[in-house]
Parts: sequence; structure tokens; C-alpha cells
Amino acid sequence: MALLQIAEPGEATAPHQHKLAAGIDLGTTNSLVASVRSGEAATLPDEAGMHILPSVVRYTESGVVVGAMASEVAAEDPLNTIASAKRLIGRAVGDVKMLGEQLPYHFVDSESAVPRIKTVTGDVSAVEVSAEILKVLAGRATRTLGDELSGVVITVPAYFDDAQRQATKDAAKLAGLNVFRLLNEPTAAAVAYGLDHDADGIHAIYDLGGGTFDISILRLNQGVFEVMSTGGDSALGGDDFDRAVAQWAMDESGMAVDADRGVLRSLLGQARAAKEALAENEKVNMQLTLPDGTGWQAELTREIFHSLVDPLIRKTVTACRRALRDAGVAIEEVKDVVMVGGSTRMLRVREKVGEFFATEPLVNIDPDRVVAIGAAIQADVLAGNKTEGDMLLLDVNPLSLGIETMGGLVEKIIPRNTTIPVARAQEFTTYKDGQTAMAVHVLQGERELVADCRSLARFELRGFPPMVAGAARIRVTFSVDADGLLHVMAEETSTGKKASVEVKPSYGLTDNEIAGMLKSSIEHANEDMVSRLLAEQRVDASRVIEALTAALAADAEELLTVDERAIVDAALNNLQRVAEQSDDADSVKAEIAALEKACEFYVERRMNVGIRNAMAGHTVDEFE
Amino acid sequence: MLDTGSLSERYRELQKVVHPDRFASASEQEQRVALQQSIMVNEAFEVLRDPLKRAIYMLELKGVKMNQDTATTSDGVFLMQQMELREALAEVPQQSDPLAKLDELMTEISVLIKTQIAQLAIQLEESTPDQLNAASESVSKMQFLNKLHSEAEMVEADLEEMA
Repeated sequence: MALLQIAEPGEATAPHQHKLAAGIDLGTTNSLVASVRSGEAATLPDEAGMHILPSVVRYTESGVVVGAMASEVAAEDPLNTIASAKRLIGRAVGDVKMLGEQLPYHFVDSESAVPRIKTVTGDVSAVEVSAEILKVLAGRATRTLGDELSGVVITVPAYFDDAQRQATKDAAKLAGLNVFRLLNEPTAAAVAYGLDHDADGIHAIYDLGGGTFDISILRLNQGVFEVMSTGGDSALGGDDFDRAVAQWAMDESGMAVDADRGVLRSLLGQARAAKEALAENEKVNMQLTLPDGTGWQAELTREIFHSLVDPLIRKTVTACRRALRDAGVAIEEVKDVVMVGGSTRMLRVREKVGEFFATEPLVNIDPDRVVAIGAAIQADVLAGNKTEGDMLLLDVNPLSLGIETMGGLVEKIIPRNTTIPVARAQEFTTYKDGQTAMAVHVLQGERELVADCRSLARFELRGFPPMVAGAARIRVTFSVDADGLLHVMAEETSTGKKASVEVKPSYGLTDNEIAGMLKSSIEHANEDMVSRLLAEQRVDASRVIEALTAALAADAEELLTVDERAIVDAALNNLQRVAEQSDDADSVKAEIAALEKACEFYVERRMNVGIRNAMAGHTVDEFE
Repeated sequence: MLDTGSLSERYRELQKVVHPDRFASASEQEQRVALQQSIMVNEAFEVLRDPLKRAIYMLELKGVKMNQDTATTSDGVFLMQQMELREALAEVPQQSDPLAKLDELMTEISVLIKTQIAQLAIQLEESTPDQLNAASESVSKMQFLNKLHSEAEMVEADLEEMA
């Protein structure tokens, strides 16, 4: 009960245990887990000393294999070895067809709106594949840290839409993890650097990964990270640089575009190696055996390489310029630019980005690990381990949210780069006499036409009384929570008879499907769930009791009447008794809920006191 | 006078108290309260830091309701100036140095916006019925100017994309 722990300045809160928490960077190619131990955030290695876990999952008759051992056999068992699940997560079957050729899996035609891949052990979705990766990482953290995790922070690209975020959270649920927060990758990187440098000012985070590019502009002020704008390109990354080099080799050698898959794959591998070698050398040799058996070789100089990749880098710089404009910030105001993602190892990228921002890019923290480290720091804060409690992240929604209006147009309700959490309402009306229902189509994206935006949900508000056209008032409220997830509510407000409907957009997997997956994964687990659940509830109960007791001691006399105090005390005693005597997790849980309900007014009163204290002495009359 | 630095500072202090991150391991009910409070603080900050929204809000407090979407003004001189600016904006891509010309135009619009803000400050300070009428006229003009400025930004984005 953190609310009950608001402390007066100079007054210590009740001492509490250090809670274990971890940050997870769930990447397209690689994943990592990090944690804060004795004040130091670091990535955690596996038993063989490897920090990086390849994001590859192989399904075999004898079980699931995750990581390097799976990726090593990817070529031999491509249909059962799933890589790049992140590119599929939260995507509909139609989106995947667009990715088409690049994914060598056997997709199942099924009822589910979510693409499912056929493997030897059954059909799996990207959510389940991601859950396997999360389980391995969480298991590694539990083993290293020596106890269960109280919660995790999982990073997602800033550009992830609502469906992709929801699906990532579902994957964590499936892995049995308590998600404190989804955190945007660039923001995580900023945290890793910000705390390291303790530098107030405006920072740019340039994040170029294998398949995506993100740019965020944020302001750090006394521990508060305020994201001012974010932008990027969800289909631009290091892979495109490899492809540019491969294309060059094909043009030079006269190789046909429809050459054998194997030849193309080996060419891409060479292209990647050449790109990496050019960080050290002025030129590299490329050699190919053409499909007709003849050999080809050529020299790739830095100069040629630059001419190939500069157009790609320019695209990222254009996105940087747009992000600066959205933030209302001039280039000169940017104090430094942090490089994140493996592709920022390319010298040309550093050079061009440094040129644009007129500053030497920061590369002190390993670009592969910086995101996980930032996530670990945030997880530590959210677990409540940092009692000074100064760090706070204020993020934005990356893409505009709106609804469909007449003529297939999108009316924006929450524009992009609005600080979250946020709630906005818009009123609409009926266009036909006697209309008693209205369809609402929720969309995400910057374009004007419905067809060009991503459809998040469709629902109908029904059963409001018939009126003449234009008389009904249908209020549609969008709210985005701190994870960046959207909830939509629609209600008719002109009459007393309220019709309202509330939806959480779904990317295709229903809550029931998730529950089913969860159930089957629990059935497979060997641990004694019953006793574990009870232990968890008892810990929760004692935490609540401790917090409430401390709060009551601090301000019950001021804030509560004698009668109110008696109600709170009764609920408190009940919980204490049940937690000690009952061995049923559900009844402990019910008593905790009952206590929380009984304290509702007290919690709100304390919150208001907190706000009043922070707010004293200003009025809106202070216009410029 | 609104001190934007102190406004931002207050905003950050308030979010430090109410933000849902402060209640990540608290009960669902507390998380709900925190979410609502944090949304309210964000909303307040959004309105107060933007001169146009702040003016509309202050007029509302004084009983003058502005229509957010449809700005109107009968000031002929102002409308003429708007037309000229719009024509100049439309011609930007054909100029020899379009970006420089656009920059000039955007600066001009910004100056006009600042003038309206300064007038609003006086009008709201005095708050006589006449001044409040004048203030709602100023708000309308600012809506025109802001729209023009964001259109200029779109032209700028297009130009940069082509460059």
C-alpha cells in the first residue's frame, strides 16, 4: 500500500525489505535481463557466462529449447525454430502476409485472428514464443538473485502500437511474470545514461537496431525524465544496410535477383560481415560463387559503402529533425545524443549523427546492454527499493489515436507525443432520425484515411433512446495508461438513461484464449501452486498491514473520525486474523480486498493532502 | 505573470506524488486513484503551458465560452493579412531558396502570435466586459495563426523530405 506510505518531509517511512526486480530487454534478435544489486545495475549472465540470449525458440519432441542452442540449429530445423517473434507479436494474419517471403515458417490457417505457426509440438503464436524467452530470462534472474522476482519491467520499441504492447504484456502474463511497467527502449537507455551522468538538460536518444529505428527527445530535470517527442521508422534497421551491400554485390556480379535462396542467404551473411569489418578496415574483399559455378570477387571500400548506406542514414536524420520539431527544440539545445542498438556500432552512423547534432555521440555504455540496464534501474524504483524516490519517467504516446468519422476519415482524439497517462473525450452525434446505436471504430496512426491507419477495435454503443438526428450526445473517452495501453469508453449523455460500453482493444487473442494458455502452462508446471499462492498472499497481507499501521500512526488523528477509525481497525484485525489462521489463498486475498475497500476514503484523503502540500500558493490568474 | 519555469517545476513535483509509477506495487484501487490524479495533473499542465488553451480556459472561468473548433473574426485588416500570408505560404515551394523564405514566414507568424498573447494578457488582466469581448476576438485570431503555423510546419516537413 504505497499510497499509505506518503511520508512527510524529513519523516522516515517504515523500513522495508529489498525487493527483487529485473529489467528485461526483449529484442528482435537478442534478449537480455539485468538487475540492480548493491546499487549497481548490470546484465545477468547464464551459467556459461553469456549475457546475450538469442531470441530464438526451438520446439522439439522432447521440449522447448531457447537461445544459442536453438539458433545454432535454425538452418537444419527451420520450421520448428522460431526467430524474430517480435516482428510478429501483436500482428494480425494480414500484416504477416505483408512480411511474407522473409519468414520461413509454416503458418496455420486457423480461426484465430492471430497468426499461428505449426511446429512438431503443436501450433504456437508469437505471444507464446515470446513467453518462452521471458521464462528463460526470468529463471536466470531468479537463480542469480536467489529468490522470486516481485516484478519486472519489459522494454518495447517506442514506436510499438497498442496491439504490440498488449501482446507483449500477455506474453509476460503467460510466463507468470508480474509486469510493473512496459518501458520504451529509448527511455530505458536515457535512464541508464542519465543516472550515470546526472546531467540535467535535453538529450536525444538515437536507437538503431536490426529492424527498427527510434528517436526520442527528452528532458532530464532533477531525476524526472520527460519525453518530449518520439519518432522513428518501424521498418528501418541494420538489416537494410546489409541488404544495400548485398544489392551492390548482385549488381556488380550480374547475379539474378531470383537466384537460389541459399546463395542469397550466404550473400546477406557476407554483406553483414563486410559491414562489420569496415569499422576496422578501409576496405574488405567480397567473394561469391555464382549460381553458374563461376567465382566473383570485388573490393568494397569505405567510400563505396558510404555511398550505399548514406541514403538510409539520411532517412534516420530526417526522423530526428521531425522529432526535434515535435518537441519544439532547436538542435543547439540538445546537450548530447545517446547511441543505442547494435547498428550504432557503424562508424558512418556515428559520424553522420554527430554531424547533425553537432556533438560527439555518447557510446560509453555497450549499446546492446544499455536498454536492459535502464529497465533494471526502473524496475528497482518501481519495486519501491529507492526510498528517496526521486526518479520519475514521464513518457508519451508515440502514435495518434482517433476514431472513424463520416467518409472514411480519422478524427484524432489523442495526438501523438501527448504525455501519458492521459484521457480525452470527444462528442459525436447521430445522423439519422431515431438512431439508437452507433458504431465506433478505433484507429491508431498519423494518416487521414482510415485505410492508412491501424485498426485497433470496433464496437457498438446500443440502446440509447431514439431522437431526431443530431440530438444525441455520444461521448467517446480515450484513456491511455502509464504502459501506453488504451481503453475506450462510449456513452450517450443527453438523456438520463445511460448507455455506455467500455472496451480494451484486442489484437486478436481474447482474454479467454490467454487464460486457456495460462491454465495449460500451469498444469504443466511441477511446482506446488497452491502453497505458493498462499505464501504470496500472506506476504501481501503483511505488507498491507505494515503500511496501514504506519500510516495510521502518522496521521489517523488528523484525518479520521473516531467512527471511521473503528471501521478501519475492524478490517485490519480481520485481515490479521485470516492471514494467520486460514490456509486458503483466496480468503486471504478477499480479506485484503475488503481492507482496501474499507480504507478507500482514507487513501484518497491522504493523496489529496499530498497534492495540497505540493500545490500551495499558485492560481491560474497568472497569465503572461 | 505566469512563470513557465515554475509551472514546469510544480508539474514535476505533483507527478512525483501522484504518478502511477509511485504505486507500481500498490493495490489496484490505489493504482486507479493514482492514474486518475496523474491524468488530471497532465491535463492541467497541458492547458496552462499553452497560451491559447490557457486563454480559452481563463475566459471560460470568467463566463465566456469559446468554440474550440470554429474560429471567426470580422476584423477585415486581419483577414486580409491572413490571406496574404497564406498566398506567400503557397508560393514557398517555387522560391529559389524555399527553406529560407519559409523560415522568414514562420518568424513573421510567430511574431504575430506573440503580439496576440501580449494583448490577451492585458485584456484578461482588465477583465471588463469590453475587454473580455476583445479577448475572445484575440483568441480567435490566435487560432487562425496557430493553424497557419502548423500548415507552415507541414510545408517545411515536405521540403525537407524532398531535400
